[in-house]
Amino acid sequence: MSSKHRSRQFWLGVLETVPLVVAAFPFGVVFGALAQSHGMDFLVTLGMSAIVFAGASQFIAITLLASATAIPVIVATVFVVNLRQMLYSANLMQHAGNWPQPTRVLLAFFLTDETFAAVTDRVNRHPGEAGLRWFYLGSALFMYSFWQISTVVGFSLGRRFPGLADWGLDVAMIVAFVGIVTPMLRARADWVCAAVAFAASILTYEWPHQTGLLFSSIVAICVGLLLNTGGPST
Amino acid sequence: MNEWLLIGLMATVTFIPRYLPFALAGKVRMSPTLARGLDFVPIAVLTAIIAQASLIRGGDLHLGLDNYHALAALTSFLAALIWRRLFVSIVVGLGCFVILRLLTIAASV
Repeated sequence: MSSKHRSRQFWLGVLETVPLVVAAFPFGVVFGALAQSHGMDFLVTLGMSAIVFAGASQFIAITLLASATAIPVIVATVFVVNLRQMLYSANLMQHAGNWPQPTRVLLAFFLTDETFAAVTDRVNRHPGEAGLRWFYLGSALFMYSFWQISTVVGFSLGRRFPGLADWGLDVAMIVAFVGIVTPMLRARADWVCAAVAFAASILTYEWPHQTGLLFSSIVAICVGLLLNTGGPST
Repeated sequence: MNEWLLIGLMATVTFIPRYLPFALAGKVRMSPTLARGLDFVPIAVLTAIIAQASLIRGGDLHLGLDNYHALAALTSFLAALIWRRLFVSIVVGLGCFVILRLLTIAASV
């Protein structure tokens, strides 16, 4: 593959992640501001964003830290919250088979909702396209950079524009995910899977630490699987 | 010091689920059933996230015409059904959201 093609895939990855980065930015700012108001050290806050790089886990960790929860409990909770990422990684396994291990380590570290959504959308629209890892890397580095920037902005300025979280910028994530999922709904099993995921996640929204999301996803996957047994894989 | 220990442990338990399937890719033979199930991951997980993000606002179920996030999601869904272009769905959904916001501001002035 030419370096020109690699570079093109990389920048496409950046471009197609823009709406998701816009949506994630306020979350990062809120995280930074929350850490600051809980009296966390600047370096520790940035270190968490840079080394852990997982939005929901970071929020939960800070909240639990503030209520003096024991470290093993926090770590166990974070583990449960991140099981969703294992579904993402397993879904992308078919592409990772010919990646060298160091590439897998690097890309696994950067796996987030946003990058998974961008990558899976790319695969859906351009099946079998070469250079997926470069697209992934572009998406991931873009997301990572902005997560760090938003953490710093939140930590240093959070209190000066406390209303940022109320602007509703997360709507960008919602409409982007809708735009990604909808064209994937082809067979009847796809529609039923989506309907089950939708209903179940509303029924379980009060479950702690995003376990409702994980549970609903797994139930929906099982229902989809039951419906298309024997049929061709889509 | 304890905080850095926590970050190290968090990084570990975050990285393992992200990496484990990647590490095994190409080394284990996946059953066709499991592989077909994994094809449903994007639809299942992203839809669950959409549902909670659009209908659960401020920690509670928020149904009604004043839930602009849900209305934007619905508009974007219709646009996606018609045009099947990500860019169009995003622009239409965001457009709907911004217009509703502006109308609310105009109505309250």
